[in-house]
Amino acid sequence: MSERRIRIETPALTRVEGEGRLDVDIRGDRIHRLHLDIFEPPRYFEKFLEGRHYSEVPDTVARICGICPVAYQMSAVQALESAFGIRPSPWVEAMRRVFYCGEWIQSHALHIHLLAAPDFLGFDDVMAMAREHPATVNRGLSLQGLGNALIALFGARSVHPVGARVGGFHHAPTPAEVAALVERLEAAIPEAEALVRWTAELPLPDEAQEFTSVALRHEREYPMVAGRIVSSAGLDVAAEAFDEHMQERHEPHSTALFAAIDGEPYLVGPLARLNLNRDRLPAAVAAVLSETGIGFPSANMYHSVVARAVEILFAVREARDLLAGYREPDSPWVAASPRAGDAAGATEAPRGLLWHRYRTDDAGLIRHARIVPPTSQNQARIEQDLHAALRAGGLDRPDDALRRHAETVIRNYDPCISCATHFIDLRVERGS
Amino acid sequence: MTDERKPRVAVHKFSSCDGCQLAFLNLGPDLLRLAELVEIVHFAEAGPSNPDADVDIAFIEGSVSTPDERERLRRIRAHSGFLVTIGACATSGGLQALRNLRDSESEWREAIYARPEYIDSLAHATAIREHARVDLELWGCPVDGRQVLAAVRALLFGVPPVEERDKVCLECKRHQTVCVMVARGEPCMGPVTRTGCGALCPRFGRDCYACYGPAEGANTTSLAHRFEGLGLAPEAVARRFHFIHSGQEPFTGAGNEAAGIIPGKAR
Repeated sequence: MSERRIRIETPALTRVEGEGRLDVDIRGDRIHRLHLDIFEPPRYFEKFLEGRHYSEVPDTVARICGICPVAYQMSAVQALESAFGIRPSPWVEAMRRVFYCGEWIQSHALHIHLLAAPDFLGFDDVMAMAREHPATVNRGLSLQGLGNALIALFGARSVHPVGARVGGFHHAPTPAEVAALVERLEAAIPEAEALVRWTAELPLPDEAQEFTSVALRHEREYPMVAGRIVSSAGLDVAAEAFDEHMQERHEPHSTALFAAIDGEPYLVGPLARLNLNRDRLPAAVAAVLSETGIGFPSANMYHSVVARAVEILFAVREARDLLAGYREPDSPWVAASPRAGDAAGATEAPRGLLWHRYRTDDAGLIRHARIVPPTSQNQARIEQDLHAALRAGGLDRPDDALRRHAETVIRNYDPCISCATHFIDLRVERGS
Repeated sequence: MTDERKPRVAVHKFSSCDGCQLAFLNLGPDLLRLAELVEIVHFAEAGPSNPDADVDIAFIEGSVSTPDERERLRRIRAHSGFLVTIGACATSGGLQALRNLRDSESEWREAIYARPEYIDSLAHATAIREHARVDLELWGCPVDGRQVLAAVRALLFGVPPVEERDKVCLECKRHQTVCVMVARGEPCMGPVTRTGCGALCPRFGRDCYACYGPAEGANTTSLAHRFEGLGLAPEAVARRFHFIHSGQEPFTGAGNEAAGIIPGKAR
């Protein structure tokens, strides 16, 4: 019996955010062991939050992830506002959506162009790809820059933005600043449409797998900052009840926890969102998607890159529409009066569902925090996908081919390993 | 650096959020231009992976918090000409250095992970300079593209990079920003914080929270008294100093003093 052990050594798992490695042990014609090792050190954020004032939470949780700080801030303020019984103004609700659109555009454009596309076009990295496809890369970088500008409009900077607070924003942009961005958004619509078509024409492998999609679903909107948590297997719960259905477990090879619903792995992220919410796309975006001929829901994980492009187009148009007729509010925030409470918040980070729960005391200090990031939810699903994909492609391929295939599979999920490791279920279990 | 070949650059990640690497990845067309000026030999998030290659400039994001990271840093130092830390984690330990204050790592590990024995982690998360010689520190949580490009330019020209050491207050004056502490009683950290951000928070009408670390000659004692005068409880004053740069003096000491913590003793 032939035995092969393939190890994609650190930090050779490249073009992902954070540090991980893949360990595959192949014996004969079967995979004996397959581990996505996440060894990014824990940073104990949930513990740092204990004893902090609620007003410090947005600036703290932003530091969990440099690529999706807006998502962390928005899930946190939603949970805290719910704990305190505050309802932000319609202006705040709309502008939070714009702020979040910026992060989707930025993060998705970064992933498509800098992390994923080199796989599909056979380049080592974006620098090499730019030499042969300068227009495509420049289009991507320009969309990424637009996303960053949209975040900075409300946050002053795009990494660890400083504008978000419980109750709203510290600052409202001026109509002139908004008008300048609306012009850029308008100009970006044809670019984003072209990007959707470009991703649909990539030489993507045609592989179907069975998996469960999980995402927010809202009565009208394409989901971002509001909605119930639903799954393709029939789950339909309020954010408050999510922890009753989702279980996390700790495996020796990972500093991130593995999530499951009813014991089964599941997918979160752009493909899951689009699979569950295609009917919530505005007509103009749905039309561009239809022209590609790719049907959603899709069982092909590689269609994630198309879903990301569709969401960029959606976010560009959504931000433009929400900023049309912009007026400065009397106040960009409502005052909070803290009270003892316990509430959850859930929003759709670029990489998928991001769920927070906080318990506060009557002085507004955090007594308990729990954060479930998208990548730890996807971790079990990534391993499940790797098992199927590597077997389907043939285990007798040379190591290099297997390694390249595995890396491509992993990158599809846009894993953010930095995020994934800092969250853990605080319920203590001890074996005897 | 010789004239014969392009300077070789590496970007390494330790315990961090990846946000300072975005100072490169968010450069847009300048990233491609940078890749023409220098040879990027290691930058795992962008693709090139060659962690042990000899380089002229190594940028390091993140703090040291595992035995493996300590060893990795030793090798990087041995292979690098200039070693530049980018951001709060690498420069002062960052937010995760909060765990050092109470020596709580092992307790937290046991409280959080079902199988704590699987986690290989040091008791403290510390700045790069505590483990290796550092040639240049770029402050900020996060650093921005302007800072890293200025550093690359200066090093390529063989001149020492210009360092901003002024306080955020001076930046506010330059922008004619209304003082949020004087006008609104906000507990602003601007008087003790190094500028470089462009006074973003006061310009948004809110208090600075010191993400660029302590300024030169920061009078933390006086500011702590001012915060008490604004009505902050001692623990709230301590939290102002024990936040992004809790691992950096004089913030460590100022926070300890406010909270009545005697270093080395468990609370």
